[in-house]
Amino acid sequence: MLVQISNMIIPLLILTVLLYGTFKKVPTYETFVEGGKEGVKMAVSLLPFLLGMIVSITIFRASGALDAFVGLLEPVLSIFHVPSDIVPLALTRPISGTASLGVATDIIQHEGPDSFLGKLASVMQGSTDTTLYVLTVYFGAVQIKKMGDALKVGLLADFVGITASLVICYLIFS
Amino acid sequence: MVNIIWAGLAAIGIIYALFNGTMDQVNEAIFSGAEEAVALTITLVSVLVFWLGMMRIAEEAGLLKKLANLFRPIFKYLFPEIPPNHPAMGYILSNFSSNIFGLGNAATPFGIKAMQSMKELNGNKTEASRSMITFLALNTSSVTLIPTTIIAIRMKYDSIAPTEIVGATIIATMISTIGALLIDRYFYYRRKRSLS
Repeated sequence: MLVQISNMIIPLLILTVLLYGTFKKVPTYETFVEGGKEGVKMAVSLLPFLLGMIVSITIFRASGALDAFVGLLEPVLSIFHVPSDIVPLALTRPISGTASLGVATDIIQHEGPDSFLGKLASVMQGSTDTTLYVLTVYFGAVQIKKMGDALKVGLLADFVGITASLVICYLIFS
Repeated sequence: MVNIIWAGLAAIGIIYALFNGTMDQVNEAIFSGAEEAVALTITLVSVLVFWLGMMRIAEEAGLLKKLANLFRPIFKYLFPEIPPNHPAMGYILSNFSSNIFGLGNAATPFGIKAMQSMKELNGNKTEASRSMITFLALNTSSVTLIPTTIIAIRMKYDSIAPTEIVGATIIATMISTIGALLIDRYFYYRRKRSLS
């Protein structure tokens, strides 16, 4: 049901824009092309920002440093009843969206989607976004050099989100 | 800060590989990472061209302004530095609503347009303005109501109730969003104090 509704959102949105635009006598196709041109420029100017960040993160992950870092933190987190299987997900979520989706998929596959860990991984993956990616794309696109407190705010918010999903899952699912 | 994180991640990785004997993997990572970024950019081209085209129509037809009017009472408090009728508000709202419906693809172009107009409002400085930081906080905490990707993965591994996690996700998202906005306010007042 929910999936069906979300399948309809995008087409209905497009329909609304096109009908409303035609009704308001906007030259729809020409306007679409004008707006689209901007997208090409934007994506090209984003490439260096994304490439730099992704290469750096991939090196960190491939060297095994990420796993070592997770292993180092595990004993501390187990004091707070954080299941050790979920630690890699909690730590990769703010850094890399693809990596954390991989970790979440792995947990869901091996523990089962309806197990406690499977549900916890689902909620954790769904409830926050990748801070480093968001910052790279949005600040990169408009060439902002001084990010101010944005990174600190984003990472602290991730911490709140991860803690919240942990507490909520314990309350609802266990 | 981002410079240190960027250089630090790569440097730590390379030094760790020296001792861990994983230099081969690092060599591979340099190229596979770069390729991944190019692949991601190509995906972004398709998404950006389509949605920025659509958005231009919505903008010309006056739909964005209508949307901004609808939510103005709430967002006036979140972004006090943006004049209520400024296009930036419309872009922020389009980004926010796309996120709510789990349309991450559509949210990014709207978000970039929002950042551009906030930069203009800030006199085109290369420094992040207060509104930009609030906007980023809102985006990194994510406001998804329907986590479509994770539901799809749960279905793929034969979950009996793939959407069971939606309620818990919404609560967690709300807490993280409220948390993000509070943290953002805290840092703003701290900055203001240190200036005066």
